Amino acid sequence: MTALLDVRGLSKSFGGVEAVRDVSFALAAGELLALIGPNGAGKSTCFGMLGGQVRPDAGRVRLAGADITGLKPRRIWARGVGRTFQTAETFASMTVAENVETALHGRTAARSAETRRLLGLVGLAAAAGRPAGTLSYGDVKRLELALALSNTPRLLLMDEPTAGMAAAERTALMQLVAGLARERQVGVLFTEHDMDVVFAHADRILVLDRGLLIAEGPPEAIRADPQVRAVYLGEGLTFSEAG
Amino acid sequence: MLAVSGLDAWYGAAHILRDVDLAIGAGEAVALLGRNGAGKSTTLRALMGLVPRVTGTITFAGRDLAGLEPHARARAGLGYVPEDRRIFSDLTVLENLEVGRRPPRPGHPAWTPERLFDLFPNLAEMRRRPGGRMSGGEQQMLALARTLMGNPALLLLDEPSEGLAPRILEQMAGAVRALKAEGLAILLCEQNFRFAGLICDTAYVMARGEIVHRGPFAELAADEARRDALLAV
Amino acid sequence: MDFLVVQFLTGLASACSLFLVASGLSLIFGVTRIVNFAHGAFYMVGAYVAYVLTERWSGALGYWGGLLCAALVVGAAGAAMEMALLRRIYRAPDLFQLLATFGVTLMVEDLVVLLFGPEDLLGARAPGFKGAVEILGQQVPRYDLFLIGLAPLVLAGLHLVLRRTRWGILVRAATQDREMVAALGVNQRWLFTSVFALGTALAGLGGALQLPREAVNHSMDMTIIVEAFVVVVIGGLGSITGAFLAAVLVCELNAFGILVLPEVSLVLVFAVMAGVLILRPHGLLGGAPAEARAMRLAIPPPWKPFTSAERLWVVGGLALAAALPLVAGAYALTVAAEVAIFALFAASLSFLMGPGGMPSFGHAAFFGLGAYGAALAVSGAGLPMAAALLVGPLLGLAGAVLFGWFCVRLSGVYSAMLTLAFAQIAWAVAFQWVGLTGGDNGLLGIWPEGFARTPHGFYWLALAICATGIVLLRILVFSRFGYRLRAARDSAARAETVGIDRMRVQWAAFAVAGLFAAIAGALFAFLKGSVFPDTLGIPLSVDALAMVLLGGVETVSGAILGAIAYKLLAVWLISETDQSKLVLGAVIVLLVVVFPQGLGGQITRWRRPT
Repeated sequence: MTALLDVRGLSKSFGGVEAVRDVSFALAAGELLALIGPNGAGKSTCFGMLGGQVRPDAGRVRLAGADITGLKPRRIWARGVGRTFQTAETFASMTVAENVETALHGRTAARSAETRRLLGLVGLAAAAGRPAGTLSYGDVKRLELALALSNTPRLLLMDEPTAGMAAAERTALMQLVAGLARERQVGVLFTEHDMDVVFAHADRILVLDRGLLIAEGPPEAIRADPQVRAVYLGEGLTFSEAG
Repeated sequence: MLAVSGLDAWYGAAHILRDVDLAIGAGEAVALLGRNGAGKSTTLRALMGLVPRVTGTITFAGRDLAGLEPHARARAGLGYVPEDRRIFSDLTVLENLEVGRRPPRPGHPAWTPERLFDLFPNLAEMRRRPGGRMSGGEQQMLALARTLMGNPALLLLDEPSEGLAPRILEQMAGAVRALKAEGLAILLCEQNFRFAGLICDTAYVMARGEIVHRGPFAELAADEARRDALLAV
Repeated sequence: MDFLVVQFLTGLASACSLFLVASGLSLIFGVTRIVNFAHGAFYMVGAYVAYVLTERWSGALGYWGGLLCAALVVGAAGAAMEMALLRRIYRAPDLFQLLATFGVTLMVEDLVVLLFGPEDLLGARAPGFKGAVEILGQQVPRYDLFLIGLAPLVLAGLHLVLRRTRWGILVRAATQDREMVAALGVNQRWLFTSVFALGTALAGLGGALQLPREAVNHSMDMTIIVEAFVVVVIGGLGSITGAFLAAVLVCELNAFGILVLPEVSLVLVFAVMAGVLILRPHGLLGGAPAEARAMRLAIPPPWKPFTSAERLWVVGGLALAAALPLVAGAYALTVAAEVAIFALFAASLSFLMGPGGMPSFGHAAFFGLGAYGAALAVSGAGLPMAAALLVGPLLGLAGAVLFGWFCVRLSGVYSAMLTLAFAQIAWAVAFQWVGLTGGDNGLLGIWPEGFARTPHGFYWLALAICATGIVLLRILVFSRFGYRLRAARDSAARAETVGIDRMRVQWAAFAVAGLFAAIAGALFAFLKGSVFPDTLGIPLSVDALAMVLLGGVETVSGAILGAIAYKLLAVWLISETDQSKLVLGAVIVLLVVVFPQGLGGQITRWRRPT
């Protein structure tokens, strides 16, 4: 069986700095895969290369066997990839409902029904008439998810999906995503800083540090991995003056 | 020296900081820890006057900073080293230092390029190199050196360890310790616990825009369970 | 061969003043992010002041001293403008600063006529550089050789100042990252003022140095400002060396273009500019765009369809407008028809700038092309008015499709400056292609026919077409296309990830805006009975910009109100005073200072109390 997403040898440099080096991994349909790592590890660059915002220097990205490397974002979208952004990339001058309607295709009546369904799904039904520019950060993240889902994607790329939310909201949102993954066999790749979220919801975890994939495995193995602990706590380093 | 109370900050509609209290004594080194997105960088930016909407009080050396523009805060003695370094890439090392130059504080020796090159010997070898053609570690040293040229009384350091190779990290830790030994007060945002431990006496931990822990650094370092709960994976 | 060398030298000599002006413009933009439209006016003032001083002071010392003093006077005036006017509006949207400097330009144009009279002034020859030298058997003016030597010296001098002085280092740092410079304790206010002083002094010197070469007149500001824009865009914003190279390139193209293709020498320059920008979107030596380099208008709140009460107001207003011929005389009806035409013109620009998020400095291109299209249909093809009104605008549409293709590929201020350059191409073609367009003499005898021959008949026709056009534009804003357009403006990244082709949507918006501007232009041709190159000119483009900005980009209706107020004011001023530009400029400056969000923004706030 071919993986839903298959990434091989992905690399990218910016002005001599290697942001991502030879990263390879695979993601199955219905799986929640977390990509974690400290600031500057290359997570966003990785995401950009998968979503078409960044053109890789080397490597291949395959979606269900088809090569999508270096395609434009809207072509990747057309193949069934929805993504959310780390910073708010919504249509700030429109209402929440208008945001989703703009992203949808089909006839007007069908669109407004689908919009209501999607907003209900992400818990934004009550905010449908509010300008997107006035949403709180957490609600922007919900809208991002609704936009990413507008295309009934088979792969979801989520860059920090729960940033700006309270703990209970984070759990609810991730449960929603997990439900989608299970029911519709959507593959989900997400970055996240809240480790509670990562360990509670990810099926597998990738750890990126300075552009390199340093660990990959189920949550318990990652938690126990000394190299991962070193990356997060700095214990792998030796200081001559350590005191 | 620095007293912050009830600091709230917003970016647009996003409420980033909530009721942050901080205190730093003269010559003290304080670590501001927390995971990505906890609000550490925004705290430093708010102290520098770089966040558009801020409420709460910031008192520095007995002076209320409310409403002061960034340049006035720098002149008052705050030295800010941003997370992304923000080196002027078209300017050489010496020119970058020149931008930061301010008159010395009374009773303290002025920082000069030569004194800074003693602190960061790497930079001495590339005085005329444009900032854009330096490695990340060299840029980080230059960013710190450039801020020191302003002869600050309090350093606001935003993740100086980020993306540095271990050898460079050691040099950086050594340099910051030397600065502390000279009596400079330091507020250090860090994700690298070990690095922060080499420098700081006091630890604050932030999560979701709030201070969730404060206490002596050694105490947090000793309490592994607490530390992991707050910071680790 | 020898002749070509001399032509090359002439080009080099012309490059000197252009380089001085462009380098000042570039410096000012780099640090303050202000597109200083008044830069041409400072150049002109430099020439006038130099004329006065050199007439008064005698001897070589008096002459050269006069030129230098002229530059200093202009620099002081530039600093004064920065402190008195621009400091108040740094927080307003970028385009308001451009509008304010345009207001100053209008005032200066009238002021120099008031002070120095309307006729051309011929300055004295430069002492020590009179006459010509023989080079390869050809006569080359000595003064040209002086200018050829001076330009590299000024370039070197600027380099020294920017590299070797603390001030220069701060200027370069601020060009890259203003916020960081402030965080390091530098008070930007004085940096801005001093950059303005130096930049405008360079413009003043550029004007003063032209004294021995050409007559001083009150329209030299517009010619130079367009060329300076072109040079800055080709060279790369903020790059002095780029400005030097581009100035030489432009002047050589002019010098040789005249030999090869005299009719289209101007077009050549703009074609090269477009080519450079497609290959290097930030100019020859321009860096990647810094954070603020994108000329972003503040994102407005969501558009709201009219409430039923507001619909009633609109219908009532239209009914009142339609009833105007019952009370108004012929002159008033002609004015009213012109107002209606400009309301459609402004609405089309507002469509491009508001939902489209693409400011245009050259919207008159499409207006003028529409006017020429209609006029040519009548005078060239002998079509009746109705057919001409249908066919004429297609020329504007074609122009918009062509120019838009380039503009949507560039970002922010580069795109806006490209629109200005394209408008100048259109203007140059109309001006130089005498065989087709009649050049400066224009096309005459484009009179309306049938019921539209009477003032009220034509007024009704104009009102009907313009009202329909505005309604269509408004419907378009609320259509699926309008949403996709706003989506592309709000977030290009998000738009692309939901399947919207940003460039194609924005290109289509260009075409729509161009078409409606061209319809207005076609009506304008019949209103005036004639078409002149002015209909493509910069002043008309800026008029439209002023209408939209003063009315407020936030709403379609804002542009209508802006157009009515601005046009009535302009018509009234022209009838009341000889110094209409002075008063209009002052009014623009005042409005920008008092209502930095525009009149329409004020109305929106009333409509949507928070």
